[in-house]
Amino acid sequence: MKTISLAEHSVREVNQLLHDQARELTEPHWRITDHDGRHALACGLDQAIAVDIDGHAGYYCAGMNQQATVNVHGTVGVGVAENMMSGRVHVHGNASQSAGATAHGGLLVIDGDAAARCGISMKGVDIVVGGSVGHMSAFMGQAGRLVVCGDAGEALGDSLYEARLYVRGSVESLGADCIEKEMRDEHWAELRELLAQAGFEADPADFRRYGSARQLYNFHVDNADGG
Amino acid sequence: MCGIVGLYLKNEALQPRLGELFQPMLLSMGDRGPDSAGFAIYGDDVGHERLKYTLQAEDPATDWAGIAEALQAHLGEPVEWFRNATAAVFKTGTDADAVRGWLRDNAPGVHLMSVGHSIEILKGVGHPRLVAERFGLQGMQGTHIIGHTRMATESAVNMEGSHPFSTGHDLCLVHNGSLSNHNRLRTQLQRAGLRFETDNDTEVAAAYLTWRMAEGDSLTAALERAVDDLDGFYTFTVGTRNGFAVLRDPIACKPAVMAETADYVAMASEYRALTTLPGIQNARVWEPAPKRVYVWEGGPLTSQETGT
Repeated sequence: MKTISLAEHSVREVNQLLHDQARELTEPHWRITDHDGRHALACGLDQAIAVDIDGHAGYYCAGMNQQATVNVHGTVGVGVAENMMSGRVHVHGNASQSAGATAHGGLLVIDGDAAARCGISMKGVDIVVGGSVGHMSAFMGQAGRLVVCGDAGEALGDSLYEARLYVRGSVESLGADCIEKEMRDEHWAELRELLAQAGFEADPADFRRYGSARQLYNFHVDNADGG
Repeated sequence: MCGIVGLYLKNEALQPRLGELFQPMLLSMGDRGPDSAGFAIYGDDVGHERLKYTLQAEDPATDWAGIAEALQAHLGEPVEWFRNATAAVFKTGTDADAVRGWLRDNAPGVHLMSVGHSIEILKGVGHPRLVAERFGLQGMQGTHIIGHTRMATESAVNMEGSHPFSTGHDLCLVHNGSLSNHNRLRTQLQRAGLRFETDNDTEVAAAYLTWRMAEGDSLTAALERAVDDLDGFYTFTVGTRNGFAVLRDPIACKPAVMAETADYVAMASEYRALTTLPGIQNARVWEPAPKRVYVWEGGPLTSQETGT
């Protein structure tokens, strides 16, 4: 394992070292230390490497990730794993708002709570949150799965397209066009699989499923007043 | 953009180090606000019998000794004072209206930054590093402190527009965001007898809290009501003589992170402002929820968190 201290390197240099692994894989396991909560750590990776980040990280950590496995041993700021394409990002703490925003693929695991707008405009990512999520989570979600082991804040799944949402605890309110849906066999199966991938011991039977009522796909005159 | 930071000590043993612990927090937010900076420090309490008046004058030749002497003669009671760069702190009687009126008529160019038993507000134009160095923040002592680094959006870059804003004794507020109903609210508060020094939106938020607390609200109740009455986006950090509070608007698009240990509570716009605090690796670190009032008050080890 190669350890890089941000007391000695800039974020740009460290990210470049990690990007260079896309051309030629020379070191499969990296550890980033002394970063003092800097932003944009381990962004834009595109190789099957493992990166451990010591301590609480700043904004946009592990953004645009492809293939890599990034473990953050602390909390993260705004927009962790933003626009992730593949790979796995695991936050061993709480996440600020917009976790997994617009992400297309991969798995984002948050052991603690995620703040507002978790999974906003998610486009295929799987997000599993051990704690609760804030308001407007999965807003305009288009594809992927969001699993919340705690509670969800106001307006869950507002203007949802096709993402599937599973919540174990309470939902403060559902957003426009988001409804509770029946749990069928395929939903138990995928939920069990996601919880297992995240390493959470939760019983799928305790969860409820939410999804799009598909009433906002096309313009409808009855919705002209806002809805 | 702006950056805000606050530090409330629960462990009295850290009080001599308040400035030393806080200065790196303020400086780290220089990227978010390079235009001007300021802080409100609480400590050196003068007791109920007197008040502290923190004054500032841009003219370095200001004759503080002469002003103090003349004010003393006018009030008929002693004025103890010290100078700190472009600021001076006068300690004297509790008739704040008499002091304010005399200063207005007799000390042109002198601005009254804060009035209270404990608070001193020091602020100015320039990078946070310059402002901190100008006033010797590093060596200051106290119980709690809040600060602001400003990227101006709503009013001019000058000392008057710098945060923190104080409109009542010992109460002050720093703000990241902007309020959209501040003009109407200012008019309403003026009718209720509140005084304004600037056309800044944040001063209106401070005045609102002053008004509510004068009406008998606790700090918690005043902040809960603020969620209904203030329109706009904001993360606030508030200081009172013995209290410290954080509030975010219901949409919560302005960032905030908090950390708590047995020794302190800290807040900042970004986590990197907290990295130099002792024991931060093992602190509880979380994002304050929208609409939720977080209050610590009453002195060491009696902190509380109050949900709405």
